[in-house]
Amino acid sequence: MRRFVALPIAALALSGCTIPAFGAHKGVTTESSSVFHLWQWFSIGAVVIGGFTTVLFVYAIIRFRSKEHGNIPRQAQYHLPAEVMYTVMPILVVLGLFAATLVVENKEVANPTTNVTVDVNAFQWGWKFTYPGTETVVIGQTTQDPTMVIPVDTNVHINLTSTDVIHGFYVKAFNFSRYALPGVLNQFTLEAVKTGNFYGQCTQLCGLYHSLMFFNVRVVSHAKYEAWLASTANPAAFAAAQKTTGQQTATIVPTKPASSHGDN
Amino acid sequence: MVDLITPPPAVLDEGHHEHEGHGEHHGPTGILKWMTSTDHKVIGLSYTVTSVVMLVIGGLFAEIIRAQLASPNGTLVSLAQYNELFTMHGSVMIYLFAGPFAFGGLANIIVPIQIGAPDMAFPRLNALSYWLYLMGSITMLMGFFTAGGAANFGWVAYAPLSNSINTPGAGADLWIGGLLLTGFSAIFTGVNLTATIFYLRAPGMTMFRMPIFTWNMLVTAILILLAFPVLTAGLIMLYCDRHFGTHIFSVAGGGVPVLWQHIFWFWGHPEVYILALPFFGMATEIIAVFSKKPVFGYKSMVFATLSIGALSLGVWAHHMFTTGVVLLPFFSFMSLMIAVPTGIKIFNWIGTMWRGDLWLSTAMLMALGFLFTFLIGGLTGIYLASPPLDFFTHDTYFVVAHFHSIVMALVLAGMGGLYYWGPKFTGYLLNEKFGKVQFWFLFIGTQVFTFPQYILGLDGMPRRIAIYPHSPQWKTLNDWSTFGAILVGISMIVFVVNVGYSWKKYPAGDNPWDAQTLEWFTTSPPPHHNFYRLPQIRSERPTWDYNHPEHRSLAHGTGGTGSHHEPPLANAVVGVLEHDQDHDA
Repeated sequence: MRRFVALPIAALALSGCTIPAFGAHKGVTTESSSVFHLWQWFSIGAVVIGGFTTVLFVYAIIRFRSKEHGNIPRQAQYHLPAEVMYTVMPILVVLGLFAATLVVENKEVANPTTNVTVDVNAFQWGWKFTYPGTETVVIGQTTQDPTMVIPVDTNVHINLTSTDVIHGFYVKAFNFSRYALPGVLNQFTLEAVKTGNFYGQCTQLCGLYHSLMFFNVRVVSHAKYEAWLASTANPAAFAAAQKTTGQQTATIVPTKPASSHGDN
Repeated sequence: MVDLITPPPAVLDEGHHEHEGHGEHHGPTGILKWMTSTDHKVIGLSYTVTSVVMLVIGGLFAEIIRAQLASPNGTLVSLAQYNELFTMHGSVMIYLFAGPFAFGGLANIIVPIQIGAPDMAFPRLNALSYWLYLMGSITMLMGFFTAGGAANFGWVAYAPLSNSINTPGAGADLWIGGLLLTGFSAIFTGVNLTATIFYLRAPGMTMFRMPIFTWNMLVTAILILLAFPVLTAGLIMLYCDRHFGTHIFSVAGGGVPVLWQHIFWFWGHPEVYILALPFFGMATEIIAVFSKKPVFGYKSMVFATLSIGALSLGVWAHHMFTTGVVLLPFFSFMSLMIAVPTGIKIFNWIGTMWRGDLWLSTAMLMALGFLFTFLIGGLTGIYLASPPLDFFTHDTYFVVAHFHSIVMALVLAGMGGLYYWGPKFTGYLLNEKFGKVQFWFLFIGTQVFTFPQYILGLDGMPRRIAIYPHSPQWKTLNDWSTFGAILVGISMIVFVVNVGYSWKKYPAGDNPWDAQTLEWFTTSPPPHHNFYRLPQIRSERPTWDYNHPEHRSLAHGTGGTGSHHEPPLANAVVGVLEHDQDHDA
């Protein structure tokens, strides 16, 4: 009986994209798509188990609703086989989910060697992206969202730090977040597989302007990345590049918005 | 052999009191009675009323928060005020409502009666608990009247945001002080409940004849004793960092900011179950009574509660997966394992309803609403136990939606508890029509305000943001969420109206629900020391056994499906019971 249930699920899994997204998205990195698939597996479990439980529950309400008060039903209190079953089954499900979790987790925390590194420093209330080995520094705060430029199809190593309180480095398109902790160097590696502009935001409450701590991630081709890096060595070319790309990068720290609502 | 009824010393006829000279019994009336009483029912009622007031205050904060988020550039409150509002919303709901309502309010009133005790083990300590709680609550809320406003670092007060440089105001200190006071109140209540349950059970009330609610309160009380002192210590460290120049949580002085998170969540995760277990217990009792059946799988229910309690002490770092400094697989596995006992509970609840005779009273509807909402919160919790999925959803509205499904399930169960037990300690029933209207507003409102938040979280909306100027597309879902919050608000108004409307209108009688446990054997409200007499306690539902001697629970192994005939064993059981009742009469 269970094999008949398992077969279509396995078939669904093999065909990959036919599984619904359950509200999540694939993202733009190799890691984010693994997380997405894990999400799908968890969701299948949740829908099957939740659906089964809800059906039982609703059936019980409809079927056993009292027609006339005063009936006393059979006072059954135990049913050992049923109790054993709904103890053992969840354990098996949990072991399966844990195994799947481990596979994806190991992928995500792996640190393959790479020659592209970005030091990301979070502060109240903005971001600083430093490219070690180059002169490039991108800073922006509150209303000026800084942009981190990274090359596509390359492992990018991020060193994440904070200068004051705890911040959250979160990019929706990466399906990933990590705290920027004062006094701790947090490292992770990601590989973007799509070019484009993606939006990031601080997710960990960091004080007054927490709502305004945005940044952008711009994934570009290798050639464009090299060109961008080279342009930053030359202030005039950098300014021109900024104009053409419309990036709001700044090396001067701007003043805080006058009103507490910001003025974007 | 406990064949004869041996009343505990405190179980006395009312007339005896005069000779015994119990001063309290003839003590002051009115406001003085409320202020000086050490009766667990009076203290419990004070707790209940105070905590429901806190629920209303916390709810008002929530409505303001939702109104602010109804527009991407909301200007109802400033960024600074917004930070205060969600900090105090979380703090009031968790520290001042959910816990005190459960273990200070309903448990305080019900547990001693359920086990046949005359009062809590330490009545004066009980009174001290209440006054500490009330003063702590006022202290915390006073922050709004200070120059810098109330605490604004979130209810988790992560260091170093909570240090004196980033949060210099007095509101933060009042928050710490208020929390210390309510924390001590919780510890004292934990001591009291543990001692009461271990030492003051009536003859015949063995551990495995205690109602599930009492069992859950025992585990809750033990968790309080294990977890709250850690929070107290952490708060003192935080206060020292703020004012006495220590550097426990500051990098500059060689401290470790993440240490605060470890301390906080070492309390904070057991706290989740300190909040949840009492409400699980309430739902269990309600579902059994209104299904006219014993709690299905009573023993597995007890072991599920015990294992949830044990596991809850080893999962704290699942709140810290994204810090990058915790051992992911261990905490992930422990957290996933909690799904097992929780699943057992859910299936036991359904098993209790199975082949029962369901009376869909307001209390039962609330308990069923709890079950469904808790199922959703539980399933989404499983995602969060997986570190990669937590990296994806941490600090987004997905998490907000998850724990609001859980806590709103608790609110539903708590409301069920008030409709179910309220008649016992007030003597009067609440109006059922208003109750059902309240239920539908609360239940539908809960789903309407949490579901959009799940989607918003997956779409990347972080929590604790006052405005979202870059993502105006979030407005529609936020509006739905706000609409749901308004429905929940209306349900609270209906509740208050119902209390006013039903005021002393419908006398309850001793046992309006044909309930099963010992508290329904005595009068409503119970006399000063709870019982004039006790029935024989032969199972976990002595009142039912007394009222329905021919319908005792079927023994282990006889609960198979199919047959509707009474198995032979039941006759033997009835025989024993009749023998008992001869003595009783």
